[in-house]
Amino acid sequence: MLAFTVRRLLLLVPIMLGVSFLTFVSFRIVPGDIVDIRCGFSCDDESRQLMREQLGLTDPWYQQYGDWLAGVAQGDFGRSMGEGQLPVTTELERRLPVTVELMVFTVILTLVIGVPLGILAAVRAGSLIDSVARVASVMGLSVPAFYLGIMVIAFGAAWFDWSPPQFATGYVSPLDDPWVNIQQFFLPSLVLAISSAAVTMRLLRSSLLEVLRYDYIRTAYSKGLRERAVVWRHALKNAFIPVVTIIGLEIGGLLGGTVIIESVFALNGVGFYLLYSIGTRDFLVVQSLVLLFALTYVAINLGVDLAYAWLDPRIRYA
Amino acid sequence: MAQEAAIPIAATEEARPARSRIKKLLSLVRHQPLGALGLAIVVGFVACAVFAEWIAPYDPQKINVDALRAAPSWSHPFGTDRLGRDVLSRTVFGARISLMIGLVSVIIGTTMGTVFGVISGYFGKLIDSIIQRLIDVMLAFPPVVLLLVIITVIGDEDSAFRKFLTEHTPVPEGTFLGVPVFLDIFVIAVGIGIAVSVGTARVVRGAVLSLKENVYIEAAQAMGASDRRIMMKHIFPNVAALVVVLATIFLPIAILAEAAISFLGIGVPDPTPSWGADLSGPNRQDAISGGIWWVVFFPGLALSLVVLAFNLIGDAFRDLSDPRLRGGGGPGGGGSRGGF
Repeated sequence: MLAFTVRRLLLLVPIMLGVSFLTFVSFRIVPGDIVDIRCGFSCDDESRQLMREQLGLTDPWYQQYGDWLAGVAQGDFGRSMGEGQLPVTTELERRLPVTVELMVFTVILTLVIGVPLGILAAVRAGSLIDSVARVASVMGLSVPAFYLGIMVIAFGAAWFDWSPPQFATGYVSPLDDPWVNIQQFFLPSLVLAISSAAVTMRLLRSSLLEVLRYDYIRTAYSKGLRERAVVWRHALKNAFIPVVTIIGLEIGGLLGGTVIIESVFALNGVGFYLLYSIGTRDFLVVQSLVLLFALTYVAINLGVDLAYAWLDPRIRYA
Repeated sequence: MAQEAAIPIAATEEARPARSRIKKLLSLVRHQPLGALGLAIVVGFVACAVFAEWIAPYDPQKINVDALRAAPSWSHPFGTDRLGRDVLSRTVFGARISLMIGLVSVIIGTTMGTVFGVISGYFGKLIDSIIQRLIDVMLAFPPVVLLLVIITVIGDEDSAFRKFLTEHTPVPEGTFLGVPVFLDIFVIAVGIGIAVSVGTARVVRGAVLSLKENVYIEAAQAMGASDRRIMMKHIFPNVAALVVVLATIFLPIAILAEAAISFLGIGVPDPTPSWGADLSGPNRQDAISGGIWWVVFFPGLALSLVVLAFNLIGDAFRDLSDPRLRGGGGPGGGGSRGGF
């Protein structure tokens, strides 16, 4: 188990190198750079050249890549090439809490909505509540989060004269004002959580239904255990194993989902930063952010694999 | 006796194809009403896409200054947008763009993925390692981020890829198959296709690895068949069914992906009607701050309906293939949607 973890962690190094190199090379061949964006039509060729030299864009590519990589290895993600030339780490300090909080809220809501519904639908299979939950889940699965988000804001504004507080104030930390913070994050997280909750519910339902047919469940019933004890103590543990995998994959997907939902709800997080940097051709920032996203994504997947082995003693990684 | 009995059987068998097809359809509707509904919705959208010119009441790009931001009414059932363009017509034509990008990207993606998967699995060794490490790297990107990167690189107005397409390939630049600026659409489809091919290649390679162990492959090799022939005649036919299944799984995801990147402003550019693009930019501003909800409500509804239809079909298909899981879910039930 330990050997497996270590090996997977070591494997991360070449993969992350590959990710960073691929992004670096890709953005070198995009026509136009940040100088074109910053200048617009106003500078002449000479000042453009000067600006490029200042920003280090005229260095040979291997030097640019090497410098950046050396910085990353020491935890320095370089500086933005935009107006203020802010270090990426400074921006991250400000924006990471937003994205992390969004993810955490979303995962909590996914579980809070998906798990009870899944259990209920399986235990009362064929009942009205089961049908309603199933229809709701297939619908929740089909509505894209960005559409749902816009509709929530649009109808909130039209009918209740309400708009998300972050539109006016910007991000408010939970330490400053927990109530405003919850108002800011509840809806975006809910919107993002709908589809993953639907996936969780469907999978938990079918997996629990399957487990409930096993002999050991019949034994548990026949020795006089109440339904609650059978479901919670005996069935759920086994039913949860495939669900964990899917939830893990969903969390990985949510990571990309934050990019979209942050733009819908004007949450100034890392995803928003990524989009902005792509728009302004600030490729050094893009490189760093993509690496960060990929690293988190791979780490989540590794976590899922480990959780899987921990939950199911039959699985042992050699 | 035997002869007497044989006649009616032969007679029924002859009449079988036509009637049994209808019967099959009816029994599908009875046993899988939701799946049939999904199929009907998809057929409806395909009809919209193919016959958009006849179905849409107006030209989707026609500006009408007399009816700016008009609420839904008899003359404009879905209302009009900030330029007076008819939202119903844009939604109908949006089906064409959406389905076209979905289809083209899945065809490109599964073809590329299959080629790489078969080569990687069949040759093994160094070639396999190179391709698989590349796939490892691609899979390390969250799907949305990967798509953002690919589209930024190849989607730029004067990207090398686009220049290559216009100069060296017969991909038409202007209107083609009823799509204005076909090149835009094609480039985006290629981008999504690359993302699709990564997953396809991995799965196909796995299948090829186990196929390769079959005796008939060894026999073909012993008879001196070339690698190319073995891959084309023996390996590919055996993974074809798998590839088709993968394609049907990827189709709704590709449609969602197009909508998402168009929504983020780097997909289909403005005048061309696209569901995702119509949800963003000025339309979104109108909806959020001006109460003009119809400009985003209907395109998004169409998008959701298409995805819903594919999910319903998928559910029905799973039920039919594995009755134990009747009623939703099953392994991969709902599927991983890549976070759109």
